[in-house]
Amino acid sequence: MDIGTLRGILTLILMLAFLGIVFWAYSKNRKKDFEEASRLPLEEGDADLREYRHE
Amino acid sequence: MDKASSYNDKVVRQFTVMTVVWGIVGMLVGVIIAAQLLWPELNFNVPWLSYGRLRPLHTNAVIFAFGGCALFATSYYVVQRTCHVRLFSDGLAAFTFWGWQLVILLAAITLPLGLTSGKEYAELEWPIDLLITAVWVSYAVVFFGTLAKRKIKHIYVANWFFGAFILTVALLHVVNSAALPVSMTKSYSAYAGVIDGMVQWWYGHNAVGFFLTAGFLGMMYYFVPKQAGRPVYSYRLSVVHFWALISIYMWAGPHHLHYTTLPNWAQSLGMVFSLILLAPSWGGMINGIMTLSGAWHKLRTDPILKFMIVSLSFYGMSTFEGPMMSIKTVNALSHYTDWTIGHVHSGALGWVAMISVGCIYALLPKVFNRESMYSIKLIDVHFWVSTIGVVLYIAAMWMAGVMQGLMWRAVNDDGTLTYSFIESLNATYPYYAVRLLGGTLFLLGMLIMAYNVWKTIAGARDVSPQPVIEPA
Repeated sequence: MDIGTLRGILTLILMLAFLGIVFWAYSKNRKKDFEEASRLPLEEGDADLREYRHE
Repeated sequence: MDKASSYNDKVVRQFTVMTVVWGIVGMLVGVIIAAQLLWPELNFNVPWLSYGRLRPLHTNAVIFAFGGCALFATSYYVVQRTCHVRLFSDGLAAFTFWGWQLVILLAAITLPLGLTSGKEYAELEWPIDLLITAVWVSYAVVFFGTLAKRKIKHIYVANWFFGAFILTVALLHVVNSAALPVSMTKSYSAYAGVIDGMVQWWYGHNAVGFFLTAGFLGMMYYFVPKQAGRPVYSYRLSVVHFWALISIYMWAGPHHLHYTTLPNWAQSLGMVFSLILLAPSWGGMINGIMTLSGAWHKLRTDPILKFMIVSLSFYGMSTFEGPMMSIKTVNALSHYTDWTIGHVHSGALGWVAMISVGCIYALLPKVFNRESMYSIKLIDVHFWVSTIGVVLYIAAMWMAGVMQGLMWRAVNDDGTLTYSFIESLNATYPYYAVRLLGGTLFLLGMLIMAYNVWKTIAGARDVSPQPVIEPA
């Protein structure tokens, strides 16, 4: 195969991989897990956090 | 208390204190060489004090000693808290601390002696390079070992950034430092000619991207939400931010070699990737700053948060400026001028140092079992002194750089140069004075911090181990 074609295909694969990550990250079924994950730094009982959770 | 059920904060405390110490040392050397540019007599005709030897001492001290210690301290702290386990190995963690201090000490001895492999930001000779490798592999074992025994399923995004930083720096260091030793203090690079240049700037720019960016973004993703008391603005964005940033940074290095013997296509590739890099950089900056949305009022009362948010603003500024400077036609003006120095310091002082300082202020009372720092007022003073310092510094270098670029390229009608080099140097003197003032202010801020840290630690009676928090 021509090296240029190979490079083109590689670029396409990488682009699809990136779009895959974007769709995965923004898919509905990740929402709950990500929300839990985003609380990880706050799990040491800060007053502000308790306030935030009640919102 | 049983050891496994408490955090290993001893190594965090050690690295935290040394961050402040090396910050002062590194910035002091910076101030000295800034003064030498203004008054060259300040080298006192002593070879060990010459600019060419002190300049790598300054860069190594601020990047690897100050920045490195801040990264070790925060990554060890964050990985334990977000994985709900003690660090993987106390022995190896202690080795990373003492080993890293030894590397710094050896750098402080060999660089003024003029022992250097001549690669920017990788000047240290091969025996020290081997020690760095040993320390770094131990760091990776401690960090990933801790991740492996975590109590919760998810690996928090800050740890992804720290992990990428540790792995990539290992790769960069080993590849770029490959050399043939001819004696204990002299070696020759394994690469030749333009290949050597390309390997060097692949290393150099990724040292910026991973050592000075990814690691500090790890800090941001933990400490900004923590200090603001609310989760990061968008966790999804943080995932996309991570993958985009690490995959694009790798290819941006050639912009350091515009208009050199590097093949033109490689230069253009470097420029294109540098331009694309704006997107993930700004995604991350917006994610950090917007974490404060709905809680902006906290900026009025919390100087630690001010440090963090202003550091993110400088991050946004320098990651806009960087892609712009990578455009070949802009680079034709900016390259080899003080504009580059201004750009670097807007990143290094504005972003790296200010986010580190903010995080250290947030972290230090926690690991010394204090409610808060000794004086919040002094943190505020530090904030203003250093902000004014950075602004003076980078504004002076911008003006000096653009002026130099314009003077160097000016030609008369007959094709001869309008200005001699010495004329451009003469015209730069006033800006060097302003830069010296800005740098001195920044150093003064660090001294204020040292006093605050000293008083906080002096008041810490009880530093008994803190229990590992059970996962929620």
